[in-house]
Amino acid sequence: MADFQLPKGSRVVRGEFFKAPDGAKKIRKVKIYRWSPQFPDKNPSLDTFEIDEHSCGPMVLDVLISIKDEIDSTLSFRRSCREGVCGSCSMNIDGTNTLACTKAVSDIDGDITIYPLPHMPVIKDLVPDLSHAYAQYASIHPYLKNESTPLSSKERLQSIEDRSKLDGLWECILCFCCTTSCPSYWWNGDRYLGPAILLQASRWIEDSRDDATGERLDHLQDPFRLYRCHTIMNCTNTCPKGLNPAKAIAEIKKKIQMRRG
Amino acid sequence: MANSYKIIDHTYDAVVIGAGGSGLRATLGMSAAGLKSACISKVFPTRSHTVSAQGGISAALGNSGDGDNWQYHMYDTIKGSDWLGDQDAIEYMCRNAVPSVIELEHLGVPFSRTEKGEIYQRRFGGHMVKFGESMAQRACAAADRTGHAILHTLYQQSLKHKAEFFVEYFALDLLMDESGVCRGVIALNLEDGTLNRFRAHMVVIATGGCGRTFLSCTSAHTCTGDGGAMTLRAGLPLQDMEFIQFHPTGIYGSGCLITEGVRGEGGYLTNSNGERFMEKYAPNAKDLASRDVVSRSIALEVNAGRGVGEERDHAYLHIEHLDPNVIASRLPGISESAKIFAGVDVSKEPIPVIPTVHYNMGGIPTNYKGEVISPKGSDTERVVPGLMSIGEASCVSVHGANRLGTNSLLDLVVFGRSAALRAAEIVEPGASHPVLPDHITEKIIDDFDGLRNMKGSIKVGQLRKRLQKINQTYCGVFRVKDNLEKGLLETEKVNSAFADISLSDSSLIWNTELIELMELRNLIQQSLVTFSSALARKESRGGHTRDDYPNRDDDNWMKHTVSWLGEKGDKVRLDYRPVHMYTMTDEVEVVPPKPRVY
Repeated sequence: MADFQLPKGSRVVRGEFFKAPDGAKKIRKVKIYRWSPQFPDKNPSLDTFEIDEHSCGPMVLDVLISIKDEIDSTLSFRRSCREGVCGSCSMNIDGTNTLACTKAVSDIDGDITIYPLPHMPVIKDLVPDLSHAYAQYASIHPYLKNESTPLSSKERLQSIEDRSKLDGLWECILCFCCTTSCPSYWWNGDRYLGPAILLQASRWIEDSRDDATGERLDHLQDPFRLYRCHTIMNCTNTCPKGLNPAKAIAEIKKKIQMRRG
Repeated sequence: MANSYKIIDHTYDAVVIGAGGSGLRATLGMSAAGLKSACISKVFPTRSHTVSAQGGISAALGNSGDGDNWQYHMYDTIKGSDWLGDQDAIEYMCRNAVPSVIELEHLGVPFSRTEKGEIYQRRFGGHMVKFGESMAQRACAAADRTGHAILHTLYQQSLKHKAEFFVEYFALDLLMDESGVCRGVIALNLEDGTLNRFRAHMVVIATGGCGRTFLSCTSAHTCTGDGGAMTLRAGLPLQDMEFIQFHPTGIYGSGCLITEGVRGEGGYLTNSNGERFMEKYAPNAKDLASRDVVSRSIALEVNAGRGVGEERDHAYLHIEHLDPNVIASRLPGISESAKIFAGVDVSKEPIPVIPTVHYNMGGIPTNYKGEVISPKGSDTERVVPGLMSIGEASCVSVHGANRLGTNSLLDLVVFGRSAALRAAEIVEPGASHPVLPDHITEKIIDDFDGLRNMKGSIKVGQLRKRLQKINQTYCGVFRVKDNLEKGLLETEKVNSAFADISLSDSSLIWNTELIELMELRNLIQQSLVTFSSALARKESRGGHTRDDYPNRDDDNWMKHTVSWLGEKGDKVRLDYRPVHMYTMTDEVEVVPPKPRVY
């Protein structure tokens, strides 16, 4: 039988334990993935923090901030808007990719386990390197392509019906929860665009103001960029904004099929 | 010290610090004008706080047939500013509003639409036609996610035009030479821990506001006013920092924003008696009076014992009566926020709200071309060569003492564009960079090294919380001398305590403790000038309400506060410069001050 081994230094080991502060009323264990490039030879570890739920806010992000402020200031994570619109604090919480700022502690049973977004290179702790995903975003030309020059004094017209085709697409916050939940992206992320980028591609294909539908479909009609989607649906299940990338991908596939006649 | 750090050099014609709405618009404009431009940002562009703007961007398109025009918009903005806004800059902004919004649509912003297929416009606070007669529909909206729509579109355009970005770089300080010219900026690359020296003929500060000086605010964690504090450390002043806008409807508890567009669509406020109390305070505009007016009204109701909830300390915002289709299509974002952060189903129950710190009207003083002003003696319009500022970081001043809702998004694109136009006029593409004396860089790096090696006894997060509580307690909707004095004293203590901070993370890569330390210093420095400015201004105007001086005093106080921080970073010096009571062209008249009634 084949002998599989994890690459050296990749096994997550047990980390430090931080006991609850004296007088804590409602103790919760939070286990957090840690790794620092300062110690490149050390394995990543899972540190355990006991926190007092009474002394921090309701969301997982509040817990992380309170750990950073009061227990271990070296803990690193991204955060900004704290209201689910900027997409900074995406991470894997309790086994699901989501935003720490909109994930309520009360919705999690037992210990809270937090890892960075899966299958992305880790820069430090909960901070993944997203540069490849951003480059893939640029590759689909996510901007209006239009042959005609509009009147400089008036907006282009778009019917309410045409505009509604963008709903569920344009709201994507590029948190990449969906992309990093996709097994197909885990294997072929170098060439498969993944659900977030395909959802964005669909946003431009569906825009009645855009003239480049053919060009966009040509670009996607490729065994990897689009067709590595195997309808696993993790993307739709995990999207913290309630969007449906799987449906958007299906619509693109349908459009390509339709134009074949 | 300076020798032990690796420094990477870059040269550009122009460098923009900040990748929110104004920074991206300026970067686009400068690149298009043939200037070699770079945009530095501490977060990936679409994470910038512009993304949180909800209700709309103002432009008198008149798509609802309300007969709106830019002169009405200008009048409303001046009235909203409580006559502290510079009228030439306000004319410039309102005159350019319609073309700017049309430009955004052409760039691809997914605005909501009317039956005719035009851009959808909704009512908003203080937006009126015929010089205050009746409500206008001027806020151009993409559902209740207009900031998201605009920010993403501007970033997408930056990709189209292949603008150069330095993402997740934290700006440390401006490179100012002996003659007072800004020659560039030094920034820390979070990803690899290198220091980067950007030399540029024009540096544009577009770093946003400093809402995080407060414990409860609608602002993102990243709104720490880094550019404002850099300006103070460069020996340059900030302007009108006492003017802080409280948004009437932050969610009680979390402080998350609920757009004024909710009231624009027909929502209203009630107190514990179920009364629509705004009818009392603003008989004409009611719930759509200016933000300062509505925030004060809520605070007055609470102070009179008519607050709602267990603590009777907030108000209710109702939209249960609205058509569910309207809520679903025009207010989906706030429905989600209310559910997540208040546990409220907006179709069934009211949202608990409280006035929450939202926007800094003050900032780095500039003219309407975006050039930074540093008054000296009788020259109150003296330009700092090589330095511009735009967006919430700046004080043009189009918002004066109180900003009208939707004028912030407009401010971003109008002045982002005007800064790019001005830079293209005065910067010669590819011009050589004069030698930069080493000691300018060394001073900044020594300071940085000192911060990295702080070994005291307080944690960054603890001191930040202390500062935020001080602002929250002593610099609220209503202010009074004793409180402001206490606030200033306590902030000075925090400033001294800063020297006793201990940093536990010694690394350079993604050391967010170090970033938060630098952000904290930025917050402290801006709090010092804010308290000093507020204490000195003995009148009530717009967002600055003094219990001990309840009236506006145009004879003595129709002027901008200008505040400097001394070299040691502890003493504040104040001066004043006149409000521009003149317009840019003779096509429109100056609006003289009068009582402000809604």
